[in-house]
Amino acid sequence: MTDISKEAIAPPRSFLSQDAIQLFYRLLAALLICAVLAVLSDSFLSLGNILNVLRQASLTFFIASGLTLVVLTAGLDLSVGANVALSACIAGTVIHKTGSPALGILTGLACGGIVGLLNGVMVTALRIPSFIATYGMLWVLNGLTYWYMAGETLHGFPAGFRQIGSGYLFGLPIPVYLLLVFLGIGTLFAQRTIWGQEIYAIGANPVAARLSGIPVARRLLLVYAVSGTMAGLASIIFLSRLNSAEADIGESLTLPAIAAVLIGGTSLFGGVGTVFGTFIGALILTLVLNGMNLLSVSANWQPLVTGIIVILAVWLDMKTRRRTQ
Amino acid sequence: MSTAALAVEPSSPVPLLELRGISKEFPGVKALDDVSFAVFPGEVHMLLGENGAGKSSLMKVLCGAYRADAGEFYFKGEPVAINSAADAQKLGIAVIFQEFSLVPHLDIAQNIFLGREPKGRIPGTIDRRKILADAARVLGTIGFDIDPSTIVDKLGVAQQQMVEIAKAISQNARILVMDEPTAALSDRETELLFALIARLKADGVSIVYISHRMAEVFALGDRITVLRDGRRIDGVRPADVTPDQLVRMMVGRNVDMTYPRNFADEPGEVLLEVKGLSASTGISDINIEVRRGEIVGLCGLVGSGRSEVARAIFGADPVTSGEIVFDGKTISGEPDLAARCGIALIPESRKSEGLALLRSVGDNLVVSALRKLFPSGLFDQRSAQRTADGLIRQLRIATPSARQTVGLLSGGNQQKVVIGKWLAAGSKLFIFDEPTRGIDIGAKAEIFALIDRLVAEGAAALMISSEQVEICHVCDRAYVMREGRVAGHLARNELTEENIVRLGMHHA
Repeated sequence: MTDISKEAIAPPRSFLSQDAIQLFYRLLAALLICAVLAVLSDSFLSLGNILNVLRQASLTFFIASGLTLVVLTAGLDLSVGANVALSACIAGTVIHKTGSPALGILTGLACGGIVGLLNGVMVTALRIPSFIATYGMLWVLNGLTYWYMAGETLHGFPAGFRQIGSGYLFGLPIPVYLLLVFLGIGTLFAQRTIWGQEIYAIGANPVAARLSGIPVARRLLLVYAVSGTMAGLASIIFLSRLNSAEADIGESLTLPAIAAVLIGGTSLFGGVGTVFGTFIGALILTLVLNGMNLLSVSANWQPLVTGIIVILAVWLDMKTRRRTQ
Repeated sequence: MSTAALAVEPSSPVPLLELRGISKEFPGVKALDDVSFAVFPGEVHMLLGENGAGKSSLMKVLCGAYRADAGEFYFKGEPVAINSAADAQKLGIAVIFQEFSLVPHLDIAQNIFLGREPKGRIPGTIDRRKILADAARVLGTIGFDIDPSTIVDKLGVAQQQMVEIAKAISQNARILVMDEPTAALSDRETELLFALIARLKADGVSIVYISHRMAEVFALGDRITVLRDGRRIDGVRPADVTPDQLVRMMVGRNVDMTYPRNFADEPGEVLLEVKGLSASTGISDINIEVRRGEIVGLCGLVGSGRSEVARAIFGADPVTSGEIVFDGKTISGEPDLAARCGIALIPESRKSEGLALLRSVGDNLVVSALRKLFPSGLFDQRSAQRTADGLIRQLRIATPSARQTVGLLSGGNQQKVVIGKWLAAGSKLFIFDEPTRGIDIGAKAEIFALIDRLVAEGAAALMISSEQVEICHVCDRAYVMREGRVAGHLARNELTEENIVRLGMHHA
C-alpha cells in the first residue's frame, strides 16, 4: 500500500537488463584501460604481452568463476587459495608417485571438490555462516598442507603435464582455451540452466527461495562443491605452469579472486552478478598489474591500486543501481 | 454526499494542522492532486482509500519525507513549511509505520531515546539510570507496563508498536499518524491499542489513522477523509454514512462486500489428510482433512498455531510426530518435496517470505515452475517470459512488463505474483496464510474470485485468516485453533463469527 510512489519514480525496466548494462560499463572500462596502456607503453599491444595478460587472468578467473556462484548465493568462500595449495601438493605427489598425470589431475580436482563439499556441509547442515566456515577451513587446509609438505618442494613434472600450463595450441596458450571453455560453461550454467536460476533466487531471498520449493541446501552444496572443484582446476594449471608446488602457494590467490568477483559486478549481498562479469573483473585486475609492470611502477603499489579499483567498482555499481531501481 | 463536508463541525474552530491544495507529482503519476485536509486537536481522523489512492503519499508529505509540489500548510492557523522530517518533528508530527523502525538488539529505553540519550558524566557514555527512569515515565503515560530494559527483539508486534508510540510521545508528538496499526494485532491487542488511542485523544493528541478495516473506521473515527486516485473525494462523519457508501466513495463503483463463491454441492475426494501432526513449533495432535473443490478455513487467535500448521504441512518446520497424506501418498520432507507433490504455500509475509523483491516479476512467477517448464534442466529466458506474460494477463497483474522489479508493485499485485508462481507450478493444494493482509477491497475481491475459480477447477485451498468475516463468507467449513491444537470444527451451516470466537477463546 506504500508502493504507488515508488512505482511512479522508477522507470519501467529498459529492454537491456540491469546485468547487461553493468557488463557494458565493465567492458568499456577494460577497453579504456587497454587504450591508455597502448598509448603509454609500446610493448603493451604486442601479441606476446596480450597472451601473457590472458594467461595470467585465466588463473584468477578459474578460482573466481566458482567463487562467483558462491557470492551469487550471498555467501563467500575464503578457502579457495588454501584449497589450491593443498590440491596442488596432493596432485603433485600423486603424479610423482604414480607417474600418471591423468591420475594426478583427477586427484587434484577431487581434492578441491571434496574441500568445497565440506564447506557446503558446514554452511547448510551446521548452519555456520559461510564467511566463518570457509575462514576456518582456510586455516585447516593451510595446517594440513604445511604438515603434509613439511617444508619440502615438489618439482619436476612430466613434459606432457607441463603443456597444460605453459603449452601453446595454434599460437594460443592452452590456459586461454581452458579460460574460454570454462567461461562458456560458467555462463551457460548460470544463465541457461534451472540450477543457475535457482542460485540467483536463493541469493535474492533464501527464505522465499526455500518456500518456493527450491532445494536450497542441495543447491548450496553444489555451489560450494563447484567452487572447490574450480580451485582444484586452478591448482592443476598452477602446478603445470610453475612445474613445482610448495605449501604457501595459495596465500596470494584468494584476495585477487574476490577482487575479480567484486570488480566484475557481483554483489556480496547475493542475487546479482554474472560469470562473464567476473571474467572482465579478472581481466581488468590483470591489465592494471600488467600495465604497472610495463610502466616500471614498483610492485609495492599494486595492492593499493587493486584496493582502489575494487572500492571504485562497487561504489559505481551501487550508484547506478540506486538510480535504476 | 457533497453536503456532508459542510456538515462536519470540528470540535475546535482552529485546526491543529491544515493542508490546503497539496499536489505531488511523480513522473507519469499524479500521486496527490489538490488535496486539502485538516486535523483538529484530540480527534481521530480516518484516512480511507484503496491502494494507490494517495494515502501513503499524503502521509509522507505530512511527515516531511516528500516535498509537496504545491499547496500550503497551516499550524494552528499560522502558515508553516514542512520541507523535511525535522520540520515535521518540530511541529509534533510523528508517524508509526507498519514496518517499525526500532533497533531490534537495543532495549526499549535505548530505542525510545535513540539519538537523544541523556549524557553520562564521562563524555561519550549514557546516563543509564536516567534513560531507564525517563523511559519508565513515558511508558507510564501510555499505560504500557513493561520493564524498559527489555530487548526490543523479544517483544511481540503489538508491544513493539507500543514502544513506537512511546517514542513518538517522548518527542512531544501532537499528531500521530498510524498506518494500519491493527494489521498485525490480535483482537485482544487491538482492544488495548484502541484504549490507548482513547487515552491519547483525551490528552489532546490528534491521530491520523489509515485503515482498511471498516469496523475500525466506525468504532474509532471522529471524521473520515476518503481519497481516490490522488484526490480528496469527501470528508464525512461516521454517523452520516454507511459502510457501503464509504466503499462506493473509495472505489468509485459499487463493490459487493460479500465475496462471490460458488459452493460445490458435493466435495471431491480427499486431497490432504493430516493425522496427529505435532511440530517443535508448538502445535500438537493436529487432525485436518481437505477435499478437492473445498476452501477450508483455519482460524483462531494470532499465536494459536495456524501458521505453524501451514508451515508443518509444507515441510518448512520439522515435524516431530504424525503423518501427512497428500493425494494418497505419505509425504515428509523439505518444502521442495511438498512443492513437487503439488502443495503451495502463500506465506503471511509476502515481502520477506514470498518474493525475491529485487528480481523481476517474471523471475518470481516462474521460480517454482522451473522443473515443470524446463524438464531438460535447460532454462530458456524467452519461454519463461511467455509463461510470465500469460500469468500477468490471466491474473491481471498491474505491471508495465514482466521485467519490472517485483518490489515496486502494490501489495495486491505482489500477492497475485505469489499466487501466480504456484499456478505456474500446477499446484493442487493452496495454503493461504492471511491472503488479504494489507490489500485493498477491490484486490481482495479479485483474490477471492481467483481462489474460488481454483477450487472450482478441482484444486483445494486451506485458508488462514484473522478476518472472520472473510472465513464465514468464503469457506466451506473451518477448523478453529486454540493454543496449538484444533479446538473444533465448524461445518458450513455452523460457520459464524460467534462460533469462531467462542471456539478460539482462551478459557481461564
